[in-house]
Amino acid sequence: MKSSVSTREMRRLYRTMVTIRGFETLAGELFAAGKIPGFIHLSIGQEASAAGVCSALRQDDYIATTHRGHGHVIAKGGDLKKMIAELMGRKTGYCKGKGGSMHIADFSLGILGANGVVGGGFPIIIGAGLSIKLRRTDQVAVCFFGDGASNRGTFHEAMNMASIWKLPILFVCENNCYASTTPTTYACSVNNIATRAAGYNIPGVTVDGNDLLAVREAAGKAVDRARRGEGPTLLENKTYRRRGHFEGDPQKYRTQAEVAEWEKNDPLLRFASVLKKKKLLTGEMEKEIREQVDCELKEAVAFAEQSEWPNPEEALEDMFINP
Amino acid sequence: MTERMISCSAAICEALTEEMARDEAIFIIGEDLVAHGGIFGQFRGLPERFPGRLIDSPISEACIVGAGLGAALTGMRPLVDMHFADFVTCAMDEIVNQTAKIRYMFGGQVKVPLVIWAPDGAGLSAAAHHSQSLESWFVHAPGLKVVVPSEPADVKGLLKAAIRDDDPVIFFQHKKLFAREGPVPEGEHIVPLGKAAVKRLGGNVTILTYGSGFYMSMEAANELAGMGIEAEVIDLRTLKPLDFGTIADSIKKTNRAVVVHEACLSGGFGAEVSARINSELFDYLDAPVLRVAAKDVPMPFSPRLENFVLPKAEDVIKAVRAVTYR
Repeated sequence: MKSSVSTREMRRLYRTMVTIRGFETLAGELFAAGKIPGFIHLSIGQEASAAGVCSALRQDDYIATTHRGHGHVIAKGGDLKKMIAELMGRKTGYCKGKGGSMHIADFSLGILGANGVVGGGFPIIIGAGLSIKLRRTDQVAVCFFGDGASNRGTFHEAMNMASIWKLPILFVCENNCYASTTPTTYACSVNNIATRAAGYNIPGVTVDGNDLLAVREAAGKAVDRARRGEGPTLLENKTYRRRGHFEGDPQKYRTQAEVAEWEKNDPLLRFASVLKKKKLLTGEMEKEIREQVDCELKEAVAFAEQSEWPNPEEALEDMFINP
Repeated sequence: MTERMISCSAAICEALTEEMARDEAIFIIGEDLVAHGGIFGQFRGLPERFPGRLIDSPISEACIVGAGLGAALTGMRPLVDMHFADFVTCAMDEIVNQTAKIRYMFGGQVKVPLVIWAPDGAGLSAAAHHSQSLESWFVHAPGLKVVVPSEPADVKGLLKAAIRDDDPVIFFQHKKLFAREGPVPEGEHIVPLGKAAVKRLGGNVTILTYGSGFYMSMEAANELAGMGIEAEVIDLRTLKPLDFGTIADSIKKTNRAVVVHEACLSGGFGAEVSARINSELFDYLDAPVLRVAAKDVPMPFSPRLENFVLPKAEDVIKAVRAVTYR
């Protein structure tokens, strides 16, 4: 796939970001209304990373995502109905209600799963990359992770392995400034996590993660490189988590002024203004996209709410293929 | 019918050779595989026979297991070599949180045809970091099948079954048994997972065992026969799923049971077996279920210390005499 982005694709990318924002906002509301059990982690403010990276991928490429993974699943083509149903614990959800927000996967779309363990995706993506190499296909595997995960041992094991075996992997660090309550500036030995790539002899690229086209371009280059068999890249998208670590997080580790400052650096507003300048988006089109997305999300909620709860005994199913 | 005698090592190699020739999706990943055919020589000949399908890995256990898992999710059928079973601790997240749970937590969307092969056990003065028997940890992690073979024929048959199974299997191979020989059928020989084997018939007591405990139990059973006590020895072979039917049939006949394993006592698999016997077969019992196991300390180095900690045939004899009141 070429790195240059067509007009049609630009509009599609904008719509993807609007969908992610809409989904996350809705999920927050459903959670607050007590309709989603457990706890959820929202990616509001980080939409450009998911949309930009996944737009450089094919359907048969793989992604491994994180506890903050709704956006990645949507950008890879995930079904909103099955997602909302899963969040609400229904039988019709992606995982029949066994996974919830942190464990959504769609193997038909190459989504190898969100993960409840920070840094849990690295070893799995190594396996996907190795499998691609052994099967001699030209697929690419992407591992999304946060700044916090870059301090896990699995990150370092995976970077080294991907490098020595030249695996077709793109490591995407979404540096959103906080690992739960801990600032990246405190917990990371480097200012830019992408500089860690040097230790593993692979390219490391840091981009403005709220600039959709910058993310798209950097991801496109890295994906092309991986597809050509030239090995892995570490891409760091600098962004900001505007919601708490989880919904209900009291957020004592930062000020509202800081959050407000980042709200001005909104990836959707920024991309909308780029599109408007290029005359690819009008106020009317924007409104239409929002209405369409709202409508899809409403349908997804209605689907989930009308869906059955799983029967309790179904808790005993799906463990083994051959019990 | 001539019985061909080969070692557990040769049985492993034979199973892998046959399976790898049959299915191109099978590959082996781990440390030190190619130059020496595995750290115990267990894969000797395979790197030459199947070039590129034995993959030497850096010392990165989490990613070794993860590599197996990710490949299993994307169309391959890997066998992961843990080098020493003790090193599972460096990959526990990948084994317990990821491999065991992925199919279930994603609602059965995907199969996980992965074998985690882990050489375990003591008796080689390898001390606390290279001697453990950790099978009970994985019995406690729903989503994994747990296999612990003893005799070479079972090693071959169970390894072939484990590789062909579409669920994740952790396969413990006792290091001290690599050289142990026994009759092994040539060619297609499959021992289904989840089936125990009655390896010695007897009416006075049931000895339930697996892995190295099997040989200890057979030695004890032969001595016990001289005392007029006939022990039925059941090799469990697969701990999960557990063949409780075979256990129950035997205990209904003997009314007494002793569980024997090399792993340490507290929280060992013997506790699980004993609890199930007590809850499901209480009315058949004429004596409490006893357990024979290693003492609850890390494995010491010096042979005299190690020997003291490990269970022995004489401990099995003592337990059997206690439950038979002889």
